[in-house]
Amino acid sequence: MKRAFVIILFFGALVGLWQLATMSGRWSPVLLPPPLAIVDYLWGALRDGTLLEATRVTLYRLLIGYFIGIVIGLPLGLLTSTSDYFEDTIGALALGLQTLPSVCWVPLALLWFGQTESAMLFVVVMGTVWSVVLATDAGARNIPPIYARAARTMGSEGFDKWTRVILPASLPYVVSGMKQGWAFAWRSLMAAEIFVTILTGFGLGHLLHYGRELSAMDQVIGVMVVIVLIGLLADKILFSPWERFLHRRWGTGLK
Amino acid sequence: MTPKADTSVAIQPSPPAKLLVEGVSKWFRTPRATVHALDNVNLRVAEGEFICLVGPSGCGKSTLLDIIAGLTMPDEGRVLADDQVVAGPGRHRLVMFQESALFPWLNVFGNVMFGLKRVPGLTRKQRHEIAAYHLKLVGLEKFAKAYVHELSGGMKQRVALARSLAPDPRVLLMDEPLAALDALTREQLYLDIQDIWARRRKTIILVTHNVREATCLADRVFVMTPSPGRLRDEFRIDLPRPRDVNSPEVAMIASKIMAALKGHMSVSPEAVE
Repeated sequence: MKRAFVIILFFGALVGLWQLATMSGRWSPVLLPPPLAIVDYLWGALRDGTLLEATRVTLYRLLIGYFIGIVIGLPLGLLTSTSDYFEDTIGALALGLQTLPSVCWVPLALLWFGQTESAMLFVVVMGTVWSVVLATDAGARNIPPIYARAARTMGSEGFDKWTRVILPASLPYVVSGMKQGWAFAWRSLMAAEIFVTILTGFGLGHLLHYGRELSAMDQVIGVMVVIVLIGLLADKILFSPWERFLHRRWGTGLK
Repeated sequence: MTPKADTSVAIQPSPPAKLLVEGVSKWFRTPRATVHALDNVNLRVAEGEFICLVGPSGCGKSTLLDIIAGLTMPDEGRVLADDQVVAGPGRHRLVMFQESALFPWLNVFGNVMFGLKRVPGLTRKQRHEIAAYHLKLVGLEKFAKAYVHELSGGMKQRVALARSLAPDPRVLLMDEPLAALDALTREQLYLDIQDIWARRRKTIILVTHNVREATCLADRVFVMTPSPGRLRDEFRIDLPRPRDVNSPEVAMIASKIMAALKGHMSVSPEAVE
């Protein structure tokens, strides 16, 4: 109760400051619209369907790109964690490409795929895969080696050892890799949507982009708010249940 | 803790194995140094015998256990279990580790089932009954559904013991299984281990740095010295069982073994860590 109060107070104060700043008249309302204008825009966009449609398009791309990124990234990360050869090759590649901001993939994607969904997906996958590889790899290296030893003495080798011991043991790290991947996929997709204009669907990034072109600051800030909210919601819906499950089993993070 | 578990499965332990360690030597090479971990170790263990290896840390006793388990290969010599050369780990020689090495993603019952599931020729029902039997044997039948982090240190090691016993290994290798426990829990487990060993006779090799523990449990105690790791002295302990770790007889023999240990150390103090 007390915590909820503090939260409301904090964000209320933030919006209040914003309102005061717009009322002071020092900044043009074109550049700094009042909070209510944002609410107005969001309400309007929600009613005429543009916001829902853009969210749908964006989430669809995100889920597909993310899924591909995870399917490629997780096994690669587990692989690099177990072998020096893979670490020196794929691991080094992942480390290098992960430092590349995902926007940098846009020119290449456009030349290879043109103004298509594939270009969009390519940017998202490239932005996701390497961070997933690195997070999974770092995590899997922390698996106590004693698990594998115990498993081997109990007659668990090869494929059985991998699926029954290494994989479950690395679950906490896999989840953190997936979480990392989600954050990167989200960033990459926004970059892609802002820079790749295609006719097969207008996502949130496009809305943001056109908000800029039309100098519609209420739209720009409104869409940013939506993007933040979706990110938060995804965290709560997709990852919190997993993390709670792991905490229960592993007994970590319990107060 | 002497539960009599009822199951429809005939729990007939497989015969304990005899072990033969022949001229085993092992070196660990690191970029900076080569450590002579074991030097020409010879050991003959009879079927169903309880052996303890004692020595200071770094004397190679855990390495020797790993080699017998098949987790590490010796550079020289070989290990024979029932006249078969040990070429890798196998479920007939299970290891119980110092940290319990229980799997946190499985509950207590799942942990005990892990090794059992890899034993061929059992039905699902039989596996369940054997697991339940062994949980009862260590007195944890009420905790079957608990997760590992919910158990105390002593309970964890009991689960580890049940997990090691359930697949019915012929040899049980224990690597300081009780070192991390408090004294009271440890003493209870001394009694439990003796009781279980009396009922489910296995060939056991237990590694410890606790001389009293070794005296309390073993048929024979071997003293190891470090750099290079060697088996130095052998003590045969003929006290009747069950033994109390605090009894004067145990204390007396333990002090003799301790004197031997210290004697080796004073000969070459630079060899001691």
